[in-house]
Amino acid sequence: MTATVTATEAPPGEQPNLGGRRRWGDKSFRLIALLSGLSVLAILALIAISTTKEAWPIFSHDAAEFFFSSTWAPNQGKFGSLAFVYGTLVTSVIALVFAVPLSIGIALFITEVAPRWLKRPIVSVLDLLAVVPSVVFGLWGILVLAEPIGNFYDNVASALSPIPILGQLFDQPASGRSFFTAGLILAIMIIPIITSLTREVFDTTPTAEKEAAYGLGATRWEMIRASVFSHSKGGVVGAVTLGLGRAMGETIAAALVIGSNPQITANLFAPGYSMPAVIANEFGESSGDWRAALIGLGVVLFILTIIVNLTARAIVSRSIRRTRGE
Amino acid sequence: MNITKRRGAAIAGVLAIALVGAACGSDNSGSSSSATSAAATTAGGATTTTAGGAATSAGATTTAAGGGGATTTVKVSGTLQGSGSTFQAAFQQEAIADFQKANSGTTITYGGGGSGKGRTDLAQSVVNFAGSDAPFDAASKPANPVLYFPVLLGPITVSYNLSGLSKPLQLSADALAKIFSRTIKTWNDPAIAADNPGVTLPSTAITVVHRSDGSGTTQNFTQYLMAAAPSSWTLGSGSTVQWPADTQAGNGNTGVAQIVTQTSGAVGYVDLSDAIASKLSYANIKNSSGKYIEPTPDSASAAGEGITVNADLTFSAINSPAPTAYPITYQSWVLVYQTQTSAGTGQLLKAYLGYLLGDGQKLLPDLDYAPLSKTLQASAVKQLDQLKIGA
Repeated sequence: MTATVTATEAPPGEQPNLGGRRRWGDKSFRLIALLSGLSVLAILALIAISTTKEAWPIFSHDAAEFFFSSTWAPNQGKFGSLAFVYGTLVTSVIALVFAVPLSIGIALFITEVAPRWLKRPIVSVLDLLAVVPSVVFGLWGILVLAEPIGNFYDNVASALSPIPILGQLFDQPASGRSFFTAGLILAIMIIPIITSLTREVFDTTPTAEKEAAYGLGATRWEMIRASVFSHSKGGVVGAVTLGLGRAMGETIAAALVIGSNPQITANLFAPGYSMPAVIANEFGESSGDWRAALIGLGVVLFILTIIVNLTARAIVSRSIRRTRGE
Repeated sequence: MNITKRRGAAIAGVLAIALVGAACGSDNSGSSSSATSAAATTAGGATTTTAGGAATSAGATTTAAGGGGATTTVKVSGTLQGSGSTFQAAFQQEAIADFQKANSGTTITYGGGGSGKGRTDLAQSVVNFAGSDAPFDAASKPANPVLYFPVLLGPITVSYNLSGLSKPLQLSADALAKIFSRTIKTWNDPAIAADNPGVTLPSTAITVVHRSDGSGTTQNFTQYLMAAAPSSWTLGSGSTVQWPADTQAGNGNTGVAQIVTQTSGAVGYVDLSDAIASKLSYANIKNSSGKYIEPTPDSASAAGEGITVNADLTFSAINSPAPTAYPITYQSWVLVYQTQTSAGTGQLLKAYLGYLLGDGQKLLPDLDYAPLSKTLQASAVKQLDQLKIGA
């Protein structure tokens, strides 16, 4: 006869009965964590609801003009957002074009190439760059960069003018304040973020995969492509999206160097305007419909950021599924 | 916890947070009473008798400020908050420092932020007084009556960066309108030469600089162009207008001044104090009597004469008909509610306004503003009696 040990076995999937006090502690922890998580959702919902409510006068009366016109003339009651959406997108794209290759390069250098004594100083300098306030970048841009870079633009424009497409992209500048300068400053601002996140993701590449690549006779670059990149795709896209979000929302630095001229033009050296910049510049003096239009721009920026985020996540999940062979 | 209990907790959590958010959102009505009652310190329930302009209350004795410049023995205390026009910000800072020194126990703050913000703040009773370069428009006017107290006049200079001129540049409204709407693109254009006989103008390209931020300066400058050169100026007037694409923008008066200093051939509109601080040359502008006038505190004060002043003391000093007036002069007001519910705050406000309109005017020329003309000053001081304190 076997002695059955009558231990109360919990049915699978439920917590074991640990006794009254422990259970209460667990419960309250779960409640606090739940509330914190929900509060983020609530804040997001509140932002969306309150800004749309404030911008409703513009959305209800002049939605077509607001979303599809590029004329911004507050004193005549004309509010068209296209020029600002264009400016935000253009400066963000320029920032990414410069920042992403540079960030990935720095991250690769730190993780794969740099000798150990060099790694820590570089990482600390990068982290310092990440905490410099953006207004400092804007001031540096307007005082140091904007003037001499105007001459640089002049030279590039004259050199490229005969070439068909490039000539139009890089045409005569009005001054150092332009889409391109804003894009450059944004690039400098987002490099630290993208680099630190990318570096961390690269660091998590399993050594086994790297050794396997080497074992098959790969050169260092081939190993990086095969092991590091394919492992880190999702994280890198996430880091780039974070940097892009910061670039799109950057207010003061862009406002100081972008040129404050709402226009849609192919010339990257021309002055332009972006959504956060115009909100910062004009909100104080605005009232009535004008204020509603500016808040409406904020809503558009909000939606744009969400769209970009969702697209990035979709790309990441699709590529992850593809690497898994599904 | 089973599923339904978990869901119930989640919904309760979101509801709780949303309720808190909604409560914070509808805080406007709550803040109005707190702002006006915050100032009542020692007074607390003081009674006011306004017989013949003399008022007594526990902790505040005031002898009415009659006539401009009369010194008042005022013993007031409390806190005042103001915000609004950056144009009068420099004056407010100086006046506050002086007033607080003479009346210890008072704390006055002026937050700036632009005329629009000042008017909005006053409409929501977030501040006790607002500085504004323009009156309320019909749509945003608050229900309770507001009093407008003009406090200063100031010239807008047309500053330029041109070397090699034998005399200061002279410009008429027509030439200005054409320059700023980019109809004229070089300095030696015949329209500019007509205003400057005998002066050889260089063939440098004109770089027009305007404000990137919404501003009362832009509003008054464009208002001048509309009034004085209606055929050449088609962009209307406002705190931002749709400037032509090939112009440059600077942030604030200092931003515009900086761009003009850095760019040869540049021209922009800058307040007098910032133009002087940046050592810019500015043009003499042709006024409605046909004379080219230099922007100075005196010529700006002269612009306050001969203009139509409404009963509520709103007016426009732009394009004044006075013979020695500088035509691009504009004005700034301090706006307050006519009915001050708190006696302590009301007394302090009246005393401060009296100071701004009296002894404070002496501070203006050193700050490169223009004092009010005598008639304006007298009317403004008289309007102080319309304040209903402690109603």
